[in-house]
Amino acid sequence: MTLLRMAGIGKTFPGVRALDQVDLEVAEGEVHCLLGQNGAGKSTLIKVLAGAHQPDEGEITWRGERTALPSPVAALRRGIATMYQELDLVPDVSVAENVFLGHEPTRFGFTRRRAARDLTRTLMARLGHPEISPDREVGRLSAAGQQLVSMARALAHDARLIVMDEPTAALAADEVDNLFRIVGELTKDGVAVLYISHRLEEIRRIGSRVTVLKDGRTVAANLPADTPTADLVDLMSGRKVETVFPHREASTVDVTREVLTVTGLTRKGEFHDVGFHVHAGEVLGIAGLVGAGRSEILETVFGARKPDAGHIAVDGKPVRPGSVVAAVKAGIGLAPEERKAQGLLLDLTVAHNVTLSSLSAYSRAGFLDRARELKDSKATLERLDLRPADPRRLVAEFSGGNQQKAVVARWLVRGCKVLLLDEPTRGVDVGARAELYRVIHELAAAGVAVVLVSSEVAEVLGLADRVLVLRDGEVIADRRADELTESAVLDMVMAGSAVTEEEAS
Amino acid sequence: MTETRVVDPETAAPGEPRKHRRNLDLRLTGLLGVLVVLCVVGYATRPDSFLTEANISTMLRLAAAIGVVSVGMTFVIISGGIDLSVGSIVALAGVWMTTVATQSYGPVVMVLCALLVGLGCGLVNGLLISYGRIVPFIATLAMYASAKGLAERLSGRRTQVVTETGFTTFFRGDILGIPVLIWTLAAVFAVGWVLLNRTTFGRRTFAVGGNAEAARLAGIDVRRHTALVYGLAGLCCGIAALMVVARTTSGASTNGMFYELDAIAAVVIGGTLLSGGRGSLIGTLIGVLIFTVVGNIFTQNNLDTDIQNIAKGVIIVAAVLLQRTTARRRGAHTT
Repeated sequence: MTLLRMAGIGKTFPGVRALDQVDLEVAEGEVHCLLGQNGAGKSTLIKVLAGAHQPDEGEITWRGERTALPSPVAALRRGIATMYQELDLVPDVSVAENVFLGHEPTRFGFTRRRAARDLTRTLMARLGHPEISPDREVGRLSAAGQQLVSMARALAHDARLIVMDEPTAALAADEVDNLFRIVGELTKDGVAVLYISHRLEEIRRIGSRVTVLKDGRTVAANLPADTPTADLVDLMSGRKVETVFPHREASTVDVTREVLTVTGLTRKGEFHDVGFHVHAGEVLGIAGLVGAGRSEILETVFGARKPDAGHIAVDGKPVRPGSVVAAVKAGIGLAPEERKAQGLLLDLTVAHNVTLSSLSAYSRAGFLDRARELKDSKATLERLDLRPADPRRLVAEFSGGNQQKAVVARWLVRGCKVLLLDEPTRGVDVGARAELYRVIHELAAAGVAVVLVSSEVAEVLGLADRVLVLRDGEVIADRRADELTESAVLDMVMAGSAVTEEEAS
Repeated sequence: MTETRVVDPETAAPGEPRKHRRNLDLRLTGLLGVLVVLCVVGYATRPDSFLTEANISTMLRLAAAIGVVSVGMTFVIISGGIDLSVGSIVALAGVWMTTVATQSYGPVVMVLCALLVGLGCGLVNGLLISYGRIVPFIATLAMYASAKGLAERLSGRRTQVVTETGFTTFFRGDILGIPVLIWTLAAVFAVGWVLLNRTTFGRRTFAVGGNAEAARLAGIDVRRHTALVYGLAGLCCGIAALMVVARTTSGASTNGMFYELDAIAAVVIGGTLLSGGRGSLIGTLIGVLIFTVVGNIFTQNNLDTDIQNIAKGVIIVAAVLLQRTTARRRGAHTT
């Protein structure tokens, strides 16, 4: 029997159409898998289901009745529980308190602590882990243990549908087995699970049906879980018609000048023995899943994280590891993943954001040369076609694409030799993307060594000269971009077996 | 919160870019209006004495020390921090410079002593916060307690009278008919304004307070800068200690009591965001003057200090509420 039906769901954020005609159907007692590349709209869809986002259009039918999910509480009341990727537990309080957070059993307004503890104990036993005491502090549990608490919370709400967002991302193999056993028991009781994972082999093991999202649309619904990998990958990657990668007249790579050299870079638990080099005028793309260590590597090269081992050199000169100041001095620039949280000062004007890394060049004895600052910012904004090219506006007033250009402009003004771009087109609409692509190629043409990280494989292949493929913190391939296809890369990062191009194509 | 307003660049009205400035000016004009209204109230209640040269001079001399402390506090708060120790540092610097031993070296050493003690305490605050990673509230609370304790120990809880006449003659005197104390406030204020608005130091202060992570990833040495900002606040306390000692011709561990509260209140009234990243020194100065005028009106009309304190509380809440409405009308991001 159909438990949940979502039809024609649409959701627009400023500048981005996150969901556009999404259909989803989940039956009682099934494990329904949701597949899609990053940015396909999975997270937004989950948040709509959890009551955290309100859809602009579309219908939600729950147990045969049309319904709305105006708030997270409303979703929980109806029996929809969500286990987010970043677990939303309170680390400093006990397991029992977390399980009953927000709906503590009470009598006369007093919490019944013993009742909560007893119920928690029962739930943990049902989840196969009676050894986790209700009194344990949640922050002291392992990732797997915390996930169990999250699941116990869902069960305490008597959930009929549990949404699991990449639940295995932080788990070891035996913990994954236990998770799947629990999922099996839940579904036997008629509970439905909406399962999101990038790992196709997991979907084969526990999935009942599969729905594939791409660019905010349902491209295939209710496929059997044993649909061949190649078909699923094709559905997920089917190249976007709108995004056109600019044609490069000629390669700008200057093989005689190796600008960035990274050898044996290691950070325990994040990535291991990563080595690569980038020439002047070259764009190196890094592909891999979220959690494969992409951003961590960039931030380490930039000195924002301290490596356990390894060397970084710019133009052959070693750069002191673990110091942003040293990296910036050596000529490295970073456009970070979280543009607003890590890249921009939203209270300041564009000009002040642009010159932030070059303040000493715009001052004499500490006094700022504000006229030159304004003039140079304006020239750079015009060069990047940032609109409107008025450096005195607050950076917060600009669209995502233009904000990203402002971050790039900062390093351009500084005259950096190496530019690290972490997900530069995230949250940027299609038109602005094409412009950013043009900017990236122009930078390369000007002799900058560019390192590009993107979750969109098509973007990496379309822009880069060379591609580094990462899996679980290790480099599994380092090839010329024109030797690779999108499905070959997806296969390498997802299926877990490094396939050669011949097999994939 | 990183909720931001998205303006379509194409449709944005001309003149929009100046809006930020205009809003700031508008807010300052509002504050100035409050100050003028208060002065009118003062004149209406005591027409014979309020606007006399003597009373204005008295008010400004009273405002001078707290004004100097507030300049340092403005930097600290814009950088995203807080300093609860300023009052104790004023006390400690004042006591240290007025010990018999220090006075025996003459006025120059006394001045240097106060400045160094202030700067030193401020730098300790800064180092604990930036390199020791202790939250500003706790680190400066600890300094508040220890500096006060040290001041009491140095002075034996006794008031130390300044016998060094060179010092008192200069700081209690006039230059061009205006008291040296008021000149000092003006000078500290002017230097502070230039430092905040025209130098890399000021720009970095705004950046660190607005988004420390973004500032770090832009290559700013956030920790060093934080330490320096607290050092600057300490230095301001040293200068304020000089002024208090000159005004009262004595050093005591009770000097500077509650300065931290008055300074924070003045900064907040002046429109500086407690969460950092935005603020103005002119606003702070008006904030200080508003408090001083309120105090003066109450004293002139022989009203109790308890009512005065209630009025202060009401002014703080009213000012913050007023600013929130203007901020909301602007529709901009709030952090």
